[in-house]
Amino acid sequence: MSRLSIITRDKAQTTVEELYKDLERRIVASPPGLCPVDLAVSFLKVCHAQTCGKCVPCRVGLGQLQNLMEDVLDGRGSMETIDLIEKTARSIYYSADCAIGYEAANMVLKALKGFRDDFEEHVLRGRCTCELNQPVPCVALCPAGVDIPGYVALVAEGRYADAVSLIRKDNPMPSVCALICEHPCEARCRRNMIDASVNIRGLKRFAVDNAGDVPVPEPAPSTGKRVAVIGGGPGGISAAYYLALMGHDVTIYEQRKQLGGMLRYGIPNYRLPREVLDREIEALLSVGVKVKTEVTVGEEPSIVDLRNLYHAVYIAIGAHTDKKIGIEGEDAEGVISAVEMLRKIGDGDMPDFTGRNISVIGGGNVAMDVARSAVRLGAESVRIVYRRRIEDMTAMPEEVQGAIAEGCEVLELMAPTRIEKDEDGKVAALWAQPQIIGPVQRGRATPVKADESEKCLKCDTVLVAVGQGIESKPFEEYGIPVKRGVIEALNWSGIKDIPGVFAGGDCVTGPATVIRAIAAGKVAAANIDEYLGYHHTIKADIAIPKISLDDRMACGRVNMKERDACDRKNDFEPIECGMTKQEACQESRRCLRCDHFGFGIFKGGRNEKW
Amino acid sequence: MVKLTIDNRTVEVPEGTTILEAAKTAGIPVPTLCYLKDINEIGACRVCVVEIEGITRLVTACNNCVGEGMVIHTNSPKVRETRKTNVELILSQHDCSCPSCARSGNCNLQKIANDLGILEIPYDKKVSFTKWEKQFPLIRNYEKCIKCMRCIQVCDTVQSLNIWDIANTGSRTTVDVSKNRKITEADCALCGQCITHCPVGALRERDDTEKVFSALADPDKITVVQIAPAVRAAWGEPFGLEREFATVKRLVSAMRRMGFNYIFDTNFSADLTIMEEGSEFLKRLGNKDKETFPMFTSCCPGWVRFLKSQYPDMVPQLSTAKSPQQMFGAMAKSYYADLLGVDPENIFSVSVMPCLAKKHECDLPNMNDAGAGQDVDVVLTTREIDRMIRAEHIVPQELEEEEFDTPLGVGSGAGVIFGATGGVMEAALRSAYYLVTKTNPDPDAFKDVRGMDGWKEASFDLAGTPLKVAVVSGLGNTRRLIKALRKGKVSYDFVEVMACPGGCSGGGGQPINDGQELAGDRADVLYGLDKINEIRFSHENPSVQKCYECYLQRPLSHRSHELLHTDHNAWQMPGEEQ
Repeated sequence: MSRLSIITRDKAQTTVEELYKDLERRIVASPPGLCPVDLAVSFLKVCHAQTCGKCVPCRVGLGQLQNLMEDVLDGRGSMETIDLIEKTARSIYYSADCAIGYEAANMVLKALKGFRDDFEEHVLRGRCTCELNQPVPCVALCPAGVDIPGYVALVAEGRYADAVSLIRKDNPMPSVCALICEHPCEARCRRNMIDASVNIRGLKRFAVDNAGDVPVPEPAPSTGKRVAVIGGGPGGISAAYYLALMGHDVTIYEQRKQLGGMLRYGIPNYRLPREVLDREIEALLSVGVKVKTEVTVGEEPSIVDLRNLYHAVYIAIGAHTDKKIGIEGEDAEGVISAVEMLRKIGDGDMPDFTGRNISVIGGGNVAMDVARSAVRLGAESVRIVYRRRIEDMTAMPEEVQGAIAEGCEVLELMAPTRIEKDEDGKVAALWAQPQIIGPVQRGRATPVKADESEKCLKCDTVLVAVGQGIESKPFEEYGIPVKRGVIEALNWSGIKDIPGVFAGGDCVTGPATVIRAIAAGKVAAANIDEYLGYHHTIKADIAIPKISLDDRMACGRVNMKERDACDRKNDFEPIECGMTKQEACQESRRCLRCDHFGFGIFKGGRNEKW
Repeated sequence: MVKLTIDNRTVEVPEGTTILEAAKTAGIPVPTLCYLKDINEIGACRVCVVEIEGITRLVTACNNCVGEGMVIHTNSPKVRETRKTNVELILSQHDCSCPSCARSGNCNLQKIANDLGILEIPYDKKVSFTKWEKQFPLIRNYEKCIKCMRCIQVCDTVQSLNIWDIANTGSRTTVDVSKNRKITEADCALCGQCITHCPVGALRERDDTEKVFSALADPDKITVVQIAPAVRAAWGEPFGLEREFATVKRLVSAMRRMGFNYIFDTNFSADLTIMEEGSEFLKRLGNKDKETFPMFTSCCPGWVRFLKSQYPDMVPQLSTAKSPQQMFGAMAKSYYADLLGVDPENIFSVSVMPCLAKKHECDLPNMNDAGAGQDVDVVLTTREIDRMIRAEHIVPQELEEEEFDTPLGVGSGAGVIFGATGGVMEAALRSAYYLVTKTNPDPDAFKDVRGMDGWKEASFDLAGTPLKVAVVSGLGNTRRLIKALRKGKVSYDFVEVMACPGGCSGGGGQPINDGQELAGDRADVLYGLDKINEIRFSHENPSVQKCYECYLQRPLSHRSHELLHTDHNAWQMPGEEQ
């Protein structure tokens, strides 16, 4: 009889562990639009299976909660049932002995708080408020609704130019997005149920890299209607492109020297090479878009002037003003805003950071962009100072990893408190207060002051990347509603009570992603066309390859490779390597073709035009 | 061409052929349930699964294409077991009260389950129940719905009305009226195409046979029945009768046995319709500057419901002529009551129609112009009259031919083709030509408007006046035509619209033959009847002539207006403004 023994997992337990993984991936792949009450009761069933059975509230209560919720779903419930669910869940939360019970009850309480209206809809009308109206997860989650299964299938067939044309139907900037899109499409890819999401952005990149020059379609006959687009960023260019295709006479007004907006003045060349951006913009303008650069609308011409000259106006000015961090010493020489630095780089005006010791404040993608640019501009050392943990950063994980690999040091849980100046008023150090990570508020862990003293981080330059705002004043003066610093536009891009004026992109949402700006441009184009009294359709007329019937065996996802950090950090050349043909072939065939299999073949599998 | 093996037989078919079609060419029928060619190819029921060598999972035959060198087994042990399991799963949620189901004996689910030898179901039975408005002419039994989605697809893709949709998600997914509406609040045209395309008994017409049986049993009631043109081309199908045998005269014989007092032909009032509508059209043509063209036919109540709900501003373009059913009803309780010398209150007016919308039409508040209650008391579909034949133990195979009663049992060849798409237009043109020129055209002069195309156009010269006409059937085609009209892309003088694809012969009240579209075959019967009829022109129908002479005086007379025309704005569709 041994006093202790080594614990080994039996086959059942090993299998269950595997099933947990399967379930995790399955939850990731949940399509939007499912009945939330149905899902909540399903989760509750899992919670109930986890109960050890010792305590009453958890052992009995979680089961009774399920019964009550099933009553609601099956039309047997009343408004009192909802109250009883709430009361029961509250009691379980208050009295369960361990987290298995009280956190399960908490999920029900959250559900009641988050979608009580759906519980009520089931009780009162026997129906759910939700609808599965876009069943293809990647298309549903792409703000621009790009036909992803379509172009992935075209890549698999080697029809790269067709893939580009198909993407352009919904997103005119495939080359840009191939490099820098945050690919929300991949988040709920159904392939997660088997192994991992399809590398959709990587396949798009392979398509654009191999498509050669793809001509844009012929525009529709001229309508004689004039549209002004204020702002030549991705949103403005997209709107202009589609409107020109519809036959309207479009002019872009751009404040800076060149078009591109944040694509040029926010994203460094190593992520988005200028020649790629220039080629894309040139192709889109070739449908007949006019451009006026270095014109600041609001000064000369005024918005009233534009309104008089044009039949419709689209405001897509983006979010280009920098936010201040608001600490002592921010006025020191050597404190540079990230927006300002990237803007200069955008016009080819490269600052010289040779030998500099740099502190970067911020944890977003822009902070990573300036940090990594600083490395390339010759900095001696670059530190990223962030008040939360690395995992709390809003920057994409690969950006953070990339920065670290290139020699940036990340100081997490350090809240900048002041900038110390030398006698000449130049930056001497950044002082920061160590933090510990603390309570979760609104789903995010917040830092609190640690019982440690302030730290001095010696440096000569501070790069501030703590967010951007919009220059809304001239628009506000014209009468366009501005709320919490952004233009208040309706979900169809119109502006309440001001017919003919539309707005979208970062200036409406606050700083967001390129694909959201593009989507806003597409929405605006459609509604401006309607406003002008037309109903042009945009389509691609490309035959989508037929599906293959093979078994879908698990197969790893091809990830993008990057140039070695020690090599790439010396220049601004692109760092990401495209897939090989072998990789692209394999990866594109991992697509499960949700346009054909499942709900997609019944409804919503493909929108051939808009 | 693609070469492959199906059940050990070598098959060669064009590329892009589905496995189902390829198997069919080899004489191998793969069972299907949700599949409807060109309409519902979504692989929802998973009954048509087959095994492809080299692939572990089974593949649906209905919506996947063959590939070179494939080796397919349509009935391997794996296929058989899986198919059987899926049918058992469907049955576990299906109200299998087959003896009390309108589709018993004509149910694809029943057939497949029987063929698979399913004798018991190993699963718990759980049938959902939802209430339905039983007075509505269209009845949905949620308990019988197998969620094949055919009704959604027919209504969306063929009829463009989107009345049905998926409701709920997950295990509670079902089919219901779209946009959270009740059926009584929906803009349903009542075409009944969802019924005729339902594989089971989840959709049916409101059964009105009991009302008719009661009237037949009531000695104080004089039962007067009319039989619509398209009924004669289809009534014999469920009995397996040859079309040549299942004549309208045998139907007359069956109905006489049931005890109907007077059996008449809607062809008579179809001829009346031509006189009224044709005259109205010529009148509108004579007033070209003030009238909006095209004028639309008004004999299809599904189409009238569609126009009133979808394009209410165009209602003035509808002919004011009633449908033949309602003209007949009004004449039965006025003119015919006079002829019989009876109180019209004692007349019980029945019609046998290939149509669901007519059940609603006879119920309209203003369809009582004869002043004796509803002009048509009860509308039976072809399916209901067939059920009555069975209920009366009539053996249709042994029926002899019998004549209609007179005088309202006389109809022309122009009247009988009302039952096919293009027929109303052709009949109208035949008589319009006469009314203008006082000479008859060749009766087949306007045959360009025949055929099963959904949208036909033709131009004719009406004694010096060029006429451009169009004929559409199916509400999706109708919507396309109206959109084109409104955009100014097309223009016509006269347009015939039938809500059901192929016209009344493909009507929503006709016998159901799962997976078959028989409108064309039935139309051929009607055109055959036209050809052999001695009277090819509505204006030559002696009963019609007599009726004008003795009662109505002339088309568009005051009395004609009272009895034979209607105000389409006297009632509202759900959501339609007054």
